[in-house]
Amino acid sequence: MALAIKVEGVSKRYRLGEFGRRKFFSDLRRKLTGAADTEEFWALRDVSFDVREGDVLGVLGRNGAGKSTLLKILSAITAPTTGRIRVKGRMASLLEVGTGFHMELTGRDNIFLNGTILGMSRGEVAAKLDEIIAFSGVEKFLDTPVKRYSSGMRVRLAFAVAAHLEPEILVADEVLAVGDAAFQQRCLGQLDRVSKSGRTVLFVSHNSAAVASLCKRGVVLDGGRLVFDGTQTEALDYYGCLNPVAVQQNGVEGVRAGSGEVQITGVELRAPGGKPLGTARSGQDIELWLRFRRNVAGRWPGLCVRVHVETEFGTPVFVQFNDLSHARVIDGPGELPASGAFVCSIPALPLAPALYHIETEIRTARRQGETLDRLTPAMKLIVEKGDFFGTGELPNARLGAALVNGQWRMESDLA
Amino acid sequence: MPDADSGQKWDRELVPKRGLLSVSVSEIWRYRDLVRQLASRDLSAQYKQTVLGPAWFVIQPLMATVVFSFLFGRVAKLGTEGVPHFLFYMGGLVPWAFFADLVNKTSLTFTKNAQLFGKVYFPRLVAPLAQVLTSSALFAVQFAVFLAGFGFYLWKSKSDPSIHLDPSWRIALLPLLLLQMTMLGAGIGLIVSSLSTRYRDLSMSVSFGLQLWMYASSVVFPLSKIQEPRYRELMALNPMVPVIEGFRFAFLGTGTVTQAQLATSFGISAIVLLLGLMMFNRTEQTVMDTV
Repeated sequence: MALAIKVEGVSKRYRLGEFGRRKFFSDLRRKLTGAADTEEFWALRDVSFDVREGDVLGVLGRNGAGKSTLLKILSAITAPTTGRIRVKGRMASLLEVGTGFHMELTGRDNIFLNGTILGMSRGEVAAKLDEIIAFSGVEKFLDTPVKRYSSGMRVRLAFAVAAHLEPEILVADEVLAVGDAAFQQRCLGQLDRVSKSGRTVLFVSHNSAAVASLCKRGVVLDGGRLVFDGTQTEALDYYGCLNPVAVQQNGVEGVRAGSGEVQITGVELRAPGGKPLGTARSGQDIELWLRFRRNVAGRWPGLCVRVHVETEFGTPVFVQFNDLSHARVIDGPGELPASGAFVCSIPALPLAPALYHIETEIRTARRQGETLDRLTPAMKLIVEKGDFFGTGELPNARLGAALVNGQWRMESDLA
Repeated sequence: MPDADSGQKWDRELVPKRGLLSVSVSEIWRYRDLVRQLASRDLSAQYKQTVLGPAWFVIQPLMATVVFSFLFGRVAKLGTEGVPHFLFYMGGLVPWAFFADLVNKTSLTFTKNAQLFGKVYFPRLVAPLAQVLTSSALFAVQFAVFLAGFGFYLWKSKSDPSIHLDPSWRIALLPLLLLQMTMLGAGIGLIVSSLSTRYRDLSMSVSFGLQLWMYASSVVFPLSKIQEPRYRELMALNPMVPVIEGFRFAFLGTGTVTQAQLATSFGISAIVLLLGLMMFNRTEQTVMDTV
């Protein structure tokens, strides 16, 4: 398929510091002596990727990874320092809604102003005026200056205009999803509609759930470089690994108890297949690797491993014993290697995005056994937004830590 | 492996540095509705919540004319070449107000629109173009007042032989004078706006500089007042002098201006505009990094 956007070796340098008298003289000195600028910062370094027509591409990255810079360059707001970008087709970028709204003008005037700023002609705006007005829900106030609107009305009106843009390529920023949850949903829904209509969408985000539900492809930026380019799922996994490991996972810090014959040396979060992860996402298949060390020779034929997940406030959410599922982590005679790991794999992690504590314990047996080693907490688990339900939706985490994929139907009156 | 995009056609290319004069006329034409929309925004927003509204367009030059007539006509007696004071000062102030407004506002292109430019792309020249429209609207209103006064004195001159007015085909010069003022005003505005993105010093001096410039531009006195022909020639190098003198010449039949002076100042204006476009073009690409 033909390309819609081709990004080749794009770098962007910013200059640091304030522009004042000192900068002026240091600039002058630099010009005269030909010295290099020391106060500079590369926000993007040699970024290249292609976007095919009809692609829905998510650009992922943490704060400061260069997402906003890339977005600005793609939107032609600022030029790259090196490299080039070529675009085929009419492109519109939405970095915010309501750009150029003038407080003194009426709602109607602002529809035309905002529409033309976004690249529509007056005729196009006029043709869609009724739709825009209906969508915004502010019919009554159309001839009132927008300065007297509530901020919610302003955003609705602004979004109504943006929603009726019909570019061939849409570049959108996640900050679009401001406002309440319902409005965010509407924004994402609109993006989804645009992408399903076969147009090219480039969506910049650090919200994994949004990318998961919208995008087919993903690229990951880190430290100004493009570090990954692949399918959406792969990109999300890669992005998960990038996250700073806020809590030590290997150097265990919790309170320890037990005989210590076998000790847990660390707990690791991994993706199926063993790739280490920094954070998990709701609905992601994960594995918890409980690394152990055998300190004495011995046999533990009924060995039981327990993983207990609590919220950060200490409310238990769920527990896992290996023998709940009659799974044995150890072979018949109960011999352990000098070191290794007990792996607990959890399909479709049923946790809402939040911070969790994990307690681990190794016992000689589940009942009437004694504790070999217990760590409280052994690990903190950061769960980020993810696509648990396959719809991109997530309940508010305050409503409950556990996610359950219930099925719904209606039965007619049985009486 | 063959290049996947070989032979592909592209609509837009974003590169570190564009050509100095690569102005895409067709792109600006596509955004013509935005030019109109921005101009009408500025016009209607300016006098929102005022009682007199657009009458302020007229009040300002009228008041200035009254003050100038008193100060320079009566007190300083600088002379008006036999033209009624009202017409003489108005005839200088109306073109000057257009020029000053254009310079003032276009020089703020980047600073005033930083919010907008930082969030959405459109050809940046759209903003100064809209300003040309806004300033022209201001001129149109003030010019109408001038014409009204002109008509009044023309009618009065039939019964009062002390009033000399000599309108003729020279009025056809007007579009040329307007064009020149637009080129010069927009050009200077573009230069200042480009230079002042990093260091704001220049924009601090714009309104001050314009005031000084006005006194050097035969708005408050006729050029003929300068006796020494050498100095007069020197003054006429100020490209606004032939415009103001030309404006009076066209309507009032007075004023000292030669074809050579008109041609020179037109040439200067064209060069200034070209320079402004080049600087603007170079600045607009990365201006959002520093504004």
